[in-house]
Amino acid sequence: MNYLFDPRHWTGADSIPTLIGEHLLYSLIALAIAAVIAVPLGIYIGVTGKGVFLIAGLANALRALPSVGLLILLVLLISPAFPSKMGYILPSLIVLVLLAVPPILTNTYAGVRAVDAAAVDAARGMGFRTMKILTDVQLPCSLPLVLSGVRSALLQIISTATIAAYISLGGLGRLLIDGKAQNDYSQMVAGAVLVALLALFFDQLLAFITRRVVSPGLTRRTIKSASAAEAVKTPVTV
Amino acid sequence: MNIEWLGRQFDNIVFLLGWHVLLAVIPLVLGLLIALPLGWWAHRSRRIYPLLVGIAGLLYTVPSLALFVLLPLVLGTKILDPLNIVAALTIYTVALLVRVVADALESVPEDTVQAAKAMGYRSYQSLLKVELPVGVPVISAGLRVAAVSNVSLVSVAALLGIPQLGSLFTQGFQLRFFTPIIAGILLCVILAMILDGLIILLNRWLTPWTPKVVAS
Repeated sequence: MNYLFDPRHWTGADSIPTLIGEHLLYSLIALAIAAVIAVPLGIYIGVTGKGVFLIAGLANALRALPSVGLLILLVLLISPAFPSKMGYILPSLIVLVLLAVPPILTNTYAGVRAVDAAAVDAARGMGFRTMKILTDVQLPCSLPLVLSGVRSALLQIISTATIAAYISLGGLGRLLIDGKAQNDYSQMVAGAVLVALLALFFDQLLAFITRRVVSPGLTRRTIKSASAAEAVKTPVTV
Repeated sequence: MNIEWLGRQFDNIVFLLGWHVLLAVIPLVLGLLIALPLGWWAHRSRRIYPLLVGIAGLLYTVPSLALFVLLPLVLGTKILDPLNIVAALTIYTVALLVRVVADALESVPEDTVQAAKAMGYRSYQSLLKVELPVGVPVISAGLRVAAVSNVSLVSVAALLGIPQLGSLFTQGFQLRFFTPIIAGILLCVILAMILDGLIILLNRWLTPWTPKVVAS
């Protein structure tokens, strides 16, 4: 803990705030790219039913790939072509995006699929066009699952961004890798504690955001259907 | 790929593979053994369920490299001790499976439980001979996820210098040499697929009453 509370490590070029900032920057860029790819694709597959094989196959295959191996392989492939910092930033971002796409994709797909068909029919009956059904009915209804996908994607990203310090990416992983190189266990512990806190904080933040943005009508319905067996025993009082 | 290098390194690669299997499989078995009673407890008590699932969720958020580094503080082990990896992956496996086991027991139809009770099964007999077996498909689905992610997570320990297949990655990085990296990735993926397949077979063997066509 000495390292963490030493004021010298809180200011300057490689200070803890800088490392946290870098960690967040890379994580959020990767999350944004992954979301831009996975959410529309998940909606498309969910609505049209085309390309469902992508969902199960991709998610399982990517989980089996060791992220450390993938990172190092991509660095060796890409860094000769980009001599500057991009030589390790680019491969890191690619791996982070690759790992973040499957949870968002599968959850978006599942979310769109799980929307009550009667709600879609009702909207169509009220004269909604397909696009309006998508934006006003299907998307809000699938939001809880989409956000839970984003949540697991972000955790995966924060965790893997730590590992990417090995291939010289900035961020809190630096404390772990540099500490290991310098045999400085207190520096490693500081890095580990900060990374764990960062992950916990963002997990709770996303949980909070989910509670705020998901329509209350929706959560009530989910609670009722999730514990249907219990609802029989104890009449729901709403 | 440099086949000649692989030939020379054969003994070393087998050694690393052996460690990788141990470090991935022991936590899986330990995790399942711990998660079964905890999951049962969560299933039994409506107050315990959110508590256990909440703690499991928090533990699951801790990044693997951080957990590998923090565990020596708790266990009193050395940073290079493989025990840290076993403990960390056991924690992840338990965190994943507690909820799965609770949900699996929850998924057993009430009629089935009632029928067992009517046939004179005591509650522990009903649990062991009826509810757990009926919940096996759900539990094995969770176990497959845990097995595959364990194989991948073990390789992270290479960054701390604990020998397993991940050591091939760091070695390849230091030598700027593709062969060990590709060999390591392939072996990890194959190992994950074998473990996944074994759990599918085990599931089929434990649930002979289910139709033979299995949707994965």
